[in-house]
Amino acid sequence: MCGIVGLFAKQENISANLGVHLSKMLESMSDRGPDSAGLAIFGKPIAKRAKIMVQSQSPEDDFQKLKKFLSTKKEISFSFETHSTHAVIKLDVKQKDKVASLINDTFPNLRILSVGKKMEIYKEVGRPAEVVKRFEIAKMKGSHGIGHTRMATESAVTTLGAHPFSTGEDQCLVHNGSLSNHNSLRRELMRKEMTFETENDSEVAASFITYRMNSGKTLKEALESALVELDGFYTFVVGTENGFGVLRDPIACKPAVLAETPDYVAFGSEYRALTSLPKIEKAKVWEPEPATVYFWGH
Amino acid sequence: MHILDFNKLSLRDINKTLQESDKNSFFSIRNPKGSHALAVGINKKITVKVVGSVGYYCAGMNKFSDIKVEGSAGPGLGENMMSGNIHVTGDVSQYAGASGHGGSILVEGNASSRCGISMKGVDIIVKGNVGHMSAFMAQKGNLVIFGNAGHALGDSIYEANIYVAGEVASLGADCIEKKMTKKHLSKLENILSNANVSDYNLDTFRRFGSARSLYNFNVDNAKIY
Repeated sequence: MCGIVGLFAKQENISANLGVHLSKMLESMSDRGPDSAGLAIFGKPIAKRAKIMVQSQSPEDDFQKLKKFLSTKKEISFSFETHSTHAVIKLDVKQKDKVASLINDTFPNLRILSVGKKMEIYKEVGRPAEVVKRFEIAKMKGSHGIGHTRMATESAVTTLGAHPFSTGEDQCLVHNGSLSNHNSLRRELMRKEMTFETENDSEVAASFITYRMNSGKTLKEALESALVELDGFYTFVVGTENGFGVLRDPIACKPAVLAETPDYVAFGSEYRALTSLPKIEKAKVWEPEPATVYFWGH
Repeated sequence: MHILDFNKLSLRDINKTLQESDKNSFFSIRNPKGSHALAVGINKKITVKVVGSVGYYCAGMNKFSDIKVEGSAGPGLGENMMSGNIHVTGDVSQYAGASGHGGSILVEGNASSRCGISMKGVDIIVKGNVGHMSAFMAQKGNLVIFGNAGHALGDSIYEANIYVAGEVASLGADCIEKKMTKKHLSKLENILSNANVSDYNLDTFRRFGSARSLYNFNVDNAKIY
């Protein structure tokens, strides 16, 4: 069991309070996933700037060293924000790949959670209420965001085992369910030079979608091929630069509820996740069909 | 009428009040906010109206009471109910009425997958559509669907009856269409009138049930041993 939430703002009143809404939604799913939690928030992009999200187990030490290291590189102009165990490095969009690989090569203890123009990923071990407090999610604004509360089944309870998993630039995935063919699929993807940080089945799903999209498929096509290649139970919510998509496996044991009003589209594993949203009693509420790709974009 | 408000009372308090109430009491439950396991295990004739949507397992194991949800219900509505009536004005999620022994469930919206799975005598009426694997291994009772049915309807069904007015995506193993006899038409009319459903056209319904070919061992398989 895990909990998933998602919120897509159609109006300013929702995007201005996106963090507040997502925090409440995530906390309401604590029973479904008390061991770790995470969120991806898509904020306003800054022209020609990109973000690299970095995570560390000993942030005080590591981030100090990282900051110092980046400062010695005269050609890199960057800003550095620390949020507990995470840091956001904002820099010139042209330098993001170079800096990301520099960090990877120089700091083996650091993990890059995501690279993109809009997306920031925050995830940590602990109850959802602690996680949203730790990163002060309630202060964040954005056009859309997705979140996950984890009850681990397939792999260890670690920060990197928490969701969302980045699936490419400004793209991520959260998963409720369990995949049965993830080991063979991981080996196949490794042969295609995809890399993995964990033994987690959901990371394989994320990598699978990244691989398909890198090969020129659209998100819809990549999700449709997931229906063929992935064996197991899943409800996925995929966050992209413009919005989010939803896919349930054909058996559809894992729950999912969608709600739409003129102000937002919201996803929850249960209706309980949606009850804190404004005017939810007037929303159109329905259960997404099995084996059907849904998407909302700006 | 007694009002029980989730903004003031816990789920446990509300369920306790319902279970320990006097016969023929009438309760109105406010602000359920998708709570799970509301109004479960009631075994006397009371009336419960829930204003708003509920979560998992609402009205499970119901005996004698009338429960109306003015909203939608999550998975497992009326699971293993014995008697009484459940009425949901919105949609219901997976496995509504699972293994229900008796009584009736009326859903004005759609029901999701596995509606009436393993039903053992309950009558389930869905004014909208039902999802895949509905009436899976259904043993007794009636599933009446005004809309469409998803894939594998009535898979491995025993002696339950399924009536469908809309389209059937596909039938499950051993489920076949059967002749709608006068006897079945009057049975169907009875089920609908007992549930106070009036807007229907009996002629639009088709009947489905067991081919009974899975009841006995097929001797052709003996050579495997």
